[in-house]
Amino acid sequence: MGGVYILSVKNIKLKRDGKELLRGVDLEIGECEIHSVIGPNGAGKSTLAYLLMGIGGYSPKEGSVHFNEEDITQFTITQRAKRGITLAWQEPARFEGLTVYDYLSIGAGGTGKVSENTLRHALEMVDLSPDKYLHREVSEALSGGERKRIEMASILTMKPKLAILDEPDSGIDVVSLKEIVALIQDLKKNGSSVLVITHREEIAAASDKASLMCDGMIVKTGSPAEISDFFIKKCKPCDVETHDLKGD
Amino acid sequence: MDVIKLDTSAEFAAMADAYERSGGDPSVLKMADVSSLVVSGNKILSANQTEGVVLEKESTESGVYIMLTIKKGYTIPNPVHLCFGVLPKEGLQQINVTMIAEEDASVELIAHCTFPNSEHVVHKMDGKIIIHKNASLTYNETHFHGKKGGVEVIPQAKITIEEGGRYYTGFTLISGRVGLLDLDYEVDAGKDAICELNAKVYGKGDDKILIKEKVFLNGENARSVIKSRVAISDNAVAEFTGVTEGHAPYARGHVDCVEVVQGNAIAKAVPIVMVDDPLAKVTHEAAIGSVDKKQVDTLMARGLEENEAVDAIVKGMLK
Ligand SMILES: Nc1ncnc2c1ncn2[C@@H]1O[C@H](COP(=O)(O)OP(=O)(O)OP(=O)(O)O)[C@@H](O)[C@H]1O
Ligand SMILES: [Mg+2]
Repeated sequence: MGGVYILSVKNIKLKRDGKELLRGVDLEIGECEIHSVIGPNGAGKSTLAYLLMGIGGYSPKEGSVHFNEEDITQFTITQRAKRGITLAWQEPARFEGLTVYDYLSIGAGGTGKVSENTLRHALEMVDLSPDKYLHREVSEALSGGERKRIEMASILTMKPKLAILDEPDSGIDVVSLKEIVALIQDLKKNGSSVLVITHREEIAAASDKASLMCDGMIVKTGSPAEISDFFIKKCKPCDVETHDLKGD
Repeated sequence: MDVIKLDTSAEFAAMADAYERSGGDPSVLKMADVSSLVVSGNKILSANQTEGVVLEKESTESGVYIMLTIKKGYTIPNPVHLCFGVLPKEGLQQINVTMIAEEDASVELIAHCTFPNSEHVVHKMDGKIIIHKNASLTYNETHFHGKKGGVEVIPQAKITIEEGGRYYTGFTLISGRVGLLDLDYEVDAGKDAICELNAKVYGKGDDKILIKEKVFLNGENARSVIKSRVAISDNAVAEFTGVTEGHAPYARGHVDCVEVVQGNAIAKAVPIVMVDDPLAKVTHEAAIGSVDKKQVDTLMARGLEENEAVDAIVKGMLK
């Protein structure tokens, strides 16, 4: 059955500084599937994203991660990126000296590998004027919202097989929520699977599947409607309501 | 007489080629409407002066003497191009240069220093720059060194900026190995003078980088910024000393140093700020650290290898 899934995460456990942050995570994502992960603050959503990207210090003590049936549990960030996995950070990095042009080019396979028009188009997609932004630095000069948009543009130019988006909506005005949903659907249309971490019901509702994460575990996976209780009940990790959600 | 025995035209062609590889456009060295000077070792290969520019030069066995004057009131439309190089593996180049921007004159100078084959090359520059009242002088120097190191670059300059004068300078050494850099600039800034000193250096191997930049804000309302960006890796060492003294009312100075360290490299930053006029103000910031991990992780997540990511970040910082 493995072929159906592009990503398959089995029983992942992760400890950091003596604290168990992931306590047996199971997750499967299909090809061209938009899968949202929701859950309260501190549930371990970003931790899971870092682990999937292979960030240093987020190597699991137990469990496995398979991508296209290949065991990538011990892979470096670069090895994963070269296979088509990428991550848009909840808080994107700032780069002194690196322009938006440089940054987007790197994601698109290196300077010269992609036309300037493609980069301009990506900026238009995230509602940033190419004339104004293409040659600016990805640095302090940009606001949080602008950097998030550039992060999204970089994902679009990279055309990944699996895009992990950690709260693409945070720091961006509510009005633009629709745009973000459209961008995610665009990624799907262009052949990407998307794992999107979000606190927004609108984004979860636009997904093919959704998982609820509580206290270092995925407690339920199903259709967006099936986990929509979370938004109503605002469950706390593993309190009475959560047990409801867990099903049996 | 000359240390380097080569046919001059062939040597000029070789210098022009090296100039091009160091990022210059060699055609400007032959243009009639562009002031230029090409020096190979201690030999002057070509010189051109345009209206408003007086270029006096002499080459002796012990060095080259250059006196460049921008005449009063002239704004030189095209940048003046200077090309200094030592092409053989070994050699000594001693440049003694005096630059004078007369009252209300304005000029931009672009210098390329190229030592592509160096194994033991010494390049010394003794500079004296006088910027007269309301004149402006911009001097950007870019170095292109070979991969072997073995270069000693020892530039020293004393700069005087008179009332309302402006001086902008940039020193860039980011391609090839540094070898030894021992830079020492000292600026005396008069009333309403503006001064900006920029240095960008990338050291590797056992490179040694010493940068000393001193600005004395002696005139009322004089302003200065010293900005240095240094990246070092392997066993390189770097020491930056930025001195700014405010001696007159409303003088404003700032020293800003960022050093990025990788491997076993050792960096030191010493900002020295001093004020003896209660109305003057001098500030400083210095940061030394490794390359930001999140930046590296981000570029790796876009497909770069770790060393490529570090390189892209460092190059960005030094751009
Ligand atoms: N190095 C660490 N050592 C110990 N605990 C850590 C470490 N890093 C993160 N944590 C903890 O791990 C838990 C999960 O954090 P994580 O950032 O993954 O949550 P999240 O679900 O993304 O939350 P949010 O919705 O606020 O983004 C938090 O309680 C956090 O305090
Ligand atoms: Mg998070």
